[in-house]
Amino acid sequence: MMLEKPNPVLEIRGLSVSVGTDEGEARILDNAGLALMPGSIHGVVGESGCGKSTLIRAILGILPKRGRATAGSIMLGERNLLELPADTLQKEVRGRAIGFIPQDPFQALNPVFRVGTQLLETIRTPGDSRATRETKKAHVISLLKAVQLPDAEHALDRYPHQFSGGQRQRLLIAAALASSPGIILADEPTTALDVTTQLQILKLLRGLAIERGLSMLFVTHDFGVVAQLCDTVTVMYAGQTVESGPVGQVLKAPYHPYTQMLLACHPERADELAGIPGAVPSPLRPPTGCRFSPRCPSARPECNAGQPPRVAPSPGHAVRCVLHLDEAAA
Amino acid sequence: MTLFILRRLLLALPALFGLLVLTFVMLRVLPHDPSAALAGENATPEQIAAVRKAYGFDEPVWKQFVIYVGQVARADLGNSIISNRPVTSDIAWRLPATIELTFVALLFAALVGIPLGTMAAVWHNSPFDHLMRIVTVGGLAIASFWFAIILQIVFSMDLGWLPLRSRYPEGLPPPTDITGLYLVDSLLTLRFDKFWAAFQHIIMPAFTLSLGGLASIARFTRAGVLETMQKDFVHYAEAAGYARKRIIWVYVLRNSVVAATTQIGLLFGALVSSAVAVEAIFDWPGVGSYAVSAILTSDYKAVLAVTLVIGVIYAIVNIVVDVVHAMLDPRVAENP
Repeated sequence: MMLEKPNPVLEIRGLSVSVGTDEGEARILDNAGLALMPGSIHGVVGESGCGKSTLIRAILGILPKRGRATAGSIMLGERNLLELPADTLQKEVRGRAIGFIPQDPFQALNPVFRVGTQLLETIRTPGDSRATRETKKAHVISLLKAVQLPDAEHALDRYPHQFSGGQRQRLLIAAALASSPGIILADEPTTALDVTTQLQILKLLRGLAIERGLSMLFVTHDFGVVAQLCDTVTVMYAGQTVESGPVGQVLKAPYHPYTQMLLACHPERADELAGIPGAVPSPLRPPTGCRFSPRCPSARPECNAGQPPRVAPSPGHAVRCVLHLDEAAA
Repeated sequence: MTLFILRRLLLALPALFGLLVLTFVMLRVLPHDPSAALAGENATPEQIAAVRKAYGFDEPVWKQFVIYVGQVARADLGNSIISNRPVTSDIAWRLPATIELTFVALLFAALVGIPLGTMAAVWHNSPFDHLMRIVTVGGLAIASFWFAIILQIVFSMDLGWLPLRSRYPEGLPPPTDITGLYLVDSLLTLRFDKFWAAFQHIIMPAFTLSLGGLASIARFTRAGVLETMQKDFVHYAEAAGYARKRIIWVYVLRNSVVAATTQIGLLFGALVSSAVAVEAIFDWPGVGSYAVSAILTSDYKAVLAVTLVIGVIYAIVNIVVDVVHAMLDPRVAENP
């Protein structure tokens, strides 16, 4: 008997993205996939250069000029975002269906505009009456209170440089919530903050997600953050999504050699500082098949035959690795 | 903000002192013998000695400087050799004409240069951008006196659309004197016929004068917009779903204009010096044409007064620019 599983609010299938460079096509994303289930926080974790930012840009429809999706789909409900015109993406997706929280709160706000102008930007409409504008302002102020910004009433009239880093990140979280999106896309929102502030922001995000029933895609390079915040996680390596599953399972019993080695690198878990020998391959000339194979201690000849199929050795916990092909059959 | 303006005013004092020293040196050094220059061409040695005593040229230098500063403070810079009127009243009468001309030129340069520069940046490396580059290099390279003459030939002599020279038609009484600026005064008194007359006269000289400034404002804006578009807050604005038009024409442009304002302050100096030539060509009764005739007739008191006045105006303009800069970028006023 099959249980009715809810549909994902955002699902990426077989996404490949290429960016033209002076040295040729760089294949930044290769057959990447993930699913964000309603009301859950899904982590996307990987080293810098693994294609996390490109993934975010692809979802938001703001790939760099010479970048394009060569295969796959990004389904927001029934709509494939890759097929939507630029205008629709701006008017209905970015800042509307999907709220965005950026990485560096110090650089993300325009220094010469009042915070209020910027926080109201996505919900402003040109012919607004005075009363409508006041209602919108009140709405944003209530959001500022929800993100626990001190002195929220006066914040809108101040300039970004008058706030601390943690406060600015709260402002940006409120900005992401302004048009009441169902999905939040967070791009390493705590990386630029100090550790204590990080913790507060993570707690805040968790609280907001539960309170407002948000689905959140949380991109990070830090497994520790994933452990604290996320329900499920996708691990990326060199533009491929190598493993995904519930955070507890992935942390406790990772399938993919890359995930295992990445977890061993985490200072809190490792007995001594370990690293992964070798370097992330260039997207200009990626290895065929599994892109981790050149660095993988368990690599076999068939790793390069093609990307291993996605198999789920245990329910909900899937991996793309030849080592687990037989387990899936069981 | 008040504190910022006060501080900025204080900072202008050393510059003004420098201006005084410079003009004082001019006064003493430029004429081979100032007493002889003052006494006139056919003066006897006794007359020259009398002038030397009367003007205090036999006093020690520091004392002469103190006397000179006193004269400047009282706006008493002597009489013009040519008009035989006090040079200060000559200049006071001509100053509004120059202010009007340079201000209209600057306004035109900014209002046209900033959008052109922005469009060139938005479509950079497009045919439009290349065309703009050719036009702006041309604008910087063309000699204004040549351009002025071409304008006169085409628009006054051939087409007869615009008056050839002067500030105002001879038969028409000028608008009631409120600010001395004809365009403003005619509007304040609601005399649109006079406004139109003054406007027709100012088009060609102002356009000629604005050319170099327009080109450099366009180029600075282009560079500023290109640089700003690389900033994180622009990427964020895009990801957060701001409309593209708003990102460019509101968010990016404001940041780029902040940089351009400082440029406009510096441009003003160049503008005033080209005004000297432009006023002479168009017979514009301003300080520039006065300076030209003063130089040609060795009326060095008039030259001195013009230098002082333009120096002071330059200082004022730059204070205004700094204040505008601080208003556009709130961080400036807090960390001057």
